[in-house]
Amino acid sequence: MESESTQKDAGDSSSHQDGSSHSDGSSRQDTDGAQPPGALLQLWQNLTSTPWQFCKSVVRHGRPTSDRAASQVIFSNVFLHILPTRISLHALKFRATLGLGVITLVLFFLLTITGIALMVYYKPSTAEAYNSMKEIQYVVPTGRFMRNIHRWGAHAMVLFVLLHMARAFYTAAYKKPRQFNWFIGMVLLVLTLALSFTGYLLPWDQLAYWAVTIGSEIAQSPRELTDALGITSWFDIGGFQKRLLLGSNHVGEEALIRFYVLHVAVLPILLCTFLAVHFWRIRKDGGLARPSDHTGADHLPLQSISNPISSSKTFGLMAVVRGQTPAVNRSMTNTVPTWPNAIYAIAALSMLTFAVMLCLGFCFDAPLKEFANPNVPENPAKAPWYFLGLQEMVSYSAFMGGVAIPAIVVLGLMLVPYLDREQEEAGVWFSGPLGKRICLLSALLTTVVIVGVLAFTINFGWLRNWYPNIPQIIITFVNPGTLFLVIFMVWSFAVTKRTNSTRMGALAIFTCFFVAFIILTYFATVHRGPNWDFYWSQSDWPVH
Amino acid sequence: MKTDLEKSPRFQQTQQRRDFLGIAATWSAIATVCVALMGALRLPIPWAFPESSRRVKLGSPSLFQGIAITPLPEERLWIFSDSQGLYAMSAICTHLGCVVARQENGSFFCPCHGSRFDAQGKVVKGPAPKGLIHLSLTLSTDGQLVVDHDKEVGSDVRLQA
Repeated sequence: MESESTQKDAGDSSSHQDGSSHSDGSSRQDTDGAQPPGALLQLWQNLTSTPWQFCKSVVRHGRPTSDRAASQVIFSNVFLHILPTRISLHALKFRATLGLGVITLVLFFLLTITGIALMVYYKPSTAEAYNSMKEIQYVVPTGRFMRNIHRWGAHAMVLFVLLHMARAFYTAAYKKPRQFNWFIGMVLLVLTLALSFTGYLLPWDQLAYWAVTIGSEIAQSPRELTDALGITSWFDIGGFQKRLLLGSNHVGEEALIRFYVLHVAVLPILLCTFLAVHFWRIRKDGGLARPSDHTGADHLPLQSISNPISSSKTFGLMAVVRGQTPAVNRSMTNTVPTWPNAIYAIAALSMLTFAVMLCLGFCFDAPLKEFANPNVPENPAKAPWYFLGLQEMVSYSAFMGGVAIPAIVVLGLMLVPYLDREQEEAGVWFSGPLGKRICLLSALLTTVVIVGVLAFTINFGWLRNWYPNIPQIIITFVNPGTLFLVIFMVWSFAVTKRTNSTRMGALAIFTCFFVAFIILTYFATVHRGPNWDFYWSQSDWPVH
Repeated sequence: MKTDLEKSPRFQQTQQRRDFLGIAATWSAIATVCVALMGALRLPIPWAFPESSRRVKLGSPSLFQGIAITPLPEERLWIFSDSQGLYAMSAICTHLGCVVARQENGSFFCPCHGSRFDAQGKVVKGPAPKGLIHLSLTLSTDGQLVVDHDKEVGSDVRLQA
């Protein structure tokens, strides 16, 4: 490589001389003693070698046959240099990450591409939106395919964001120094859900209209509390939120435009920004969470400039400034070059994700119901699956189930790394056998509690069925949703006390919420029918 | 360990002046950002919503008098007539905004989350935080019945027309 580049430089300079002065050319003729190529011949040679020279100017290093060249593949490429040049063997193990983050990212790429394709035909107006959906579905070549992938990709992305969160939690990847990146991850979760919700309205069919009507009324539901306190007339936070979202008093033209702007511009830009921070922080926090290499230090010792270990650039630069350095290149033992090991793994996972999404897009059509009719609600009007657990809780109390409990859960998750600061081995699933047992117990408890309470409410009703004149504020604060919350918190405190470990308490409450989410989602998907009544299966639904 | 120069009153005066300028600059920057943000955040809530008036003329009261119940699906309300006069009740569920349906026995139910209301609109079951809303009915100067969707009245208010 070195010799080639020198040759090239020599060639460049000679042609430059040829162009600038003739006498130089003739003097070189004497020294070389050979016939010099004429300028035209040189031009021809330059032209024929241009593809190769162009490639060499794009990728300066040679084939990645040595570790050095393999490193250059990574750090001389703007897209790949977000990855480290060497990666720990632990991070490459499938069971360390299950590939969930990569799959989520690939899905986001797919959604961006198919989303842009759909934007070409989609018209965000109440009169045209539904027609343009039909156009995409039935007239545009590959339109239906693009829409299918976009719809199933959105569902899959929510699923994998949730699974990725669970993976990070169970492997203790939120612990110092990764607290802030866990926080960013929660922001990304909220943004992903917001993207799904705003995208849901765009087809302007019955499903979209009624799901978003319910969603915007949930935004207004703090009125349930302010009404009870009698302060709605001068402090109407609920009404403000709804009008901010809809730009009107009901779902209409303004709401559609707002949702469209949020869906195609505001939220994607925010998501990309936080995504960049998320990836940047993975590197700066020392790569994927993994058990220590028994080098002892979790953080880099203060480096002096002369320290011979500080071979990497970041290391060296940061060593100049005294203080806690970012945890890059903690140890070079047990690592392999990122090219080709990690790159091939990522590529394979991307291919798999692509293939699965293409199959889904081919085999299953995204639903499109009748044109939105503001006078006739869908019955049952079900939100997408990931909001159905919330919808079940909303059917107890709109404010508690739709606003307060989700806010408490998200805030609680954001605070976890700051409340549980025990430093232990990161990258170990469930933090060992005790954690595994705690998680199993928590899952069992949650299943019993939720199934029990649901069975109870279906058979015997709740407070209002027994005391018809009960004030709303009591139902707001005492309903199955708040009951779950209290039971899980008490359980988590008990576990913390018993095991004398905040990590075990955190595992307990996270498992409770995760299992509760799964059970409620399943229950609302399968067992709730018209009028939100209980049915064993959809075949038992009354015909209407 | 301060040098003689740093101890001099002249130096301290300059230093204070610099601190003041620094603090003033910081706070004016913060104030500017706040004002700009407030302006940007004020934008999404217009002075008036681009929608038709929430006060709607329904026609002559004689259209409704003597008929126990008249559904007006476009307005999402019912007009009731009893011995004391006329009253209007909204068909929008107070839980999450679905349109409730009237049953044979005069009660109402919401298809979305199963709230049930009696004939007077009072909640009897389900998650609805309050009863169906009774809307203000007035007579316009040309003698037409006017309903105001933004004005809630008590369930015992009647319009004698």
